[in-house]
Amino acid sequence: MDSLNLDEPHSMGTTIIGVTYDGGVVLGADSRTSTGVYVANRASDKITQLTDNVYVCRSGSAADSQIVSDYVRYFLHQHTIQLGQPATVKVAANLVRLLSYNNKNMLQTGLIVGGWDKYEGGKIYGIPLGGTILEQPFAIGGSGSSYLYGFFDQAWKEGMTKEEAESLMVKAVSLAIARDGASGGVVRTVTINADGVTRNFYPGDTLPLWHEEIPAQNSLLDILSAPSPEPMSM
Amino acid sequence: MSKAAVDLPPKGGFSFDLCKRNDMLAKKGLTGPSFRKTGTTIVGLIFQDGVILGADTRATEGPIVCDKNCEKIHYMAPNIYCCGAGTAADTEAVTDMVSSQLQLHRYHTGRESRVITALTLLKKHLFSYQGYVSAALVLGGVDCTGPHLHTIYPHGSTDTLPFATMGSGSLAAMAMFESKYKEGLSRDEGIQLVVEAICSGIFNDLGSGSNVDVCVITKGHKEYLRNHLLPNPRTYINEKGYSFPKKTEVLMTKITPLKERVEIIETGDAMEE
Repeated sequence: MDSLNLDEPHSMGTTIIGVTYDGGVVLGADSRTSTGVYVANRASDKITQLTDNVYVCRSGSAADSQIVSDYVRYFLHQHTIQLGQPATVKVAANLVRLLSYNNKNMLQTGLIVGGWDKYEGGKIYGIPLGGTILEQPFAIGGSGSSYLYGFFDQAWKEGMTKEEAESLMVKAVSLAIARDGASGGVVRTVTINADGVTRNFYPGDTLPLWHEEIPAQNSLLDILSAPSPEPMSM
Repeated sequence: MSKAAVDLPPKGGFSFDLCKRNDMLAKKGLTGPSFRKTGTTIVGLIFQDGVILGADTRATEGPIVCDKNCEKIHYMAPNIYCCGAGTAADTEAVTDMVSSQLQLHRYHTGRESRVITALTLLKKHLFSYQGYVSAALVLGGVDCTGPHLHTIYPHGSTDTLPFATMGSGSLAAMAMFESKYKEGLSRDEGIQLVVEAICSGIFNDLGSGSNVDVCVITKGHKEYLRNHLLPNPRTYINEKGYSFPKKTEVLMTKITPLKERVEIIETGDAMEE
């Protein structure tokens, strides 16, 4: 077991997913940020807002992904003012791609940009480590995504409803959390469509249980505060 | 004494003259001085009226405690304080720098500083130094948008949390917080919990020790409770005191007060616009 080094850079082990459905997109992520083997934040929010209608899921180095999303938010804000109307998802994704590609030697972050605009509807763009941009019907990223490739090949289908997409998302993230040590905590989802943005939150005990997982237990501290049992009588 | 043939103008930039000497000394086996770190336990929590920050007071230089009562809770703005862990020079310098920037910003805008402003300034600085400025900070304050608590890591990433701990004693302190924290704590409960968390760091972590400092920030009011708790008093003090060997004999004492001997007489006309 390596010694606890709290000076290690913050990384988000992570599972991040973006899925399109008929009418919009659903973005989902776990909530664990780790420094080496210590969980620095067990309830972090990895789905960050870029504009009213475009959000980004962050993975990899916490510092790098936060700075990139801050810069893109700033550029998109300027772009929206100059354009006079809300930015499209494609523009947001390309701004992220330009920063990722041009600084590829220094950055270590994988991002999934998802949103809704009136021209193209719901779109998901995956921007992994080197700065490639790939428009996909669904995208997965982070260390936990390794365990989901087979799952999505089997479970993904075109033209899902919002409820189907969201429950697929929660199922997928909880499967990854079960197998990946660097993912954990709660499942956060963000649904973006023509009507706006809805954030959802699924605490650990509401997630389905998989093979060999034990159900959530109340804190053992409750035993300490419970009254002592009555003496036995014969 | 020989004079230089040409007087060179002073050059800007870094001077690497002593690097060769340092290399030579290192080869001979001399270990350089280690820099002062604050091993540290620092914590923050949000309670019903605002934010409470806590810190221990031990500063270490390798295995030696170099300061038994240092101040780790740094002033950023009248409504914002920042606890610092890591290299003491880095935390002091970065918090001083951002504190000055915040004051200039207050002059420019005419408004009370916001915690998120301090956060962005610190995060930008630390990220641009790619983790070489070894400062891990717990930033807390109350502004017009409410109470805020953030942690900032040396590489520039930040987290926004209701309770946070940093430093070598962070695991011990976090254990206390995770078992006893709840939302809507009163001021006394909050201070009690912060003191427990810092004490847990002081007694279980070698890099933390000495006393507990607490800082309570609420809307429009702050209380810096320096040495709120002293759980490590110095026992067994020698009553005999110390006796020093006899000094050199004093032959003559002459004291010259450094007061102005010149009288200023107002002559001429008063200044006119």
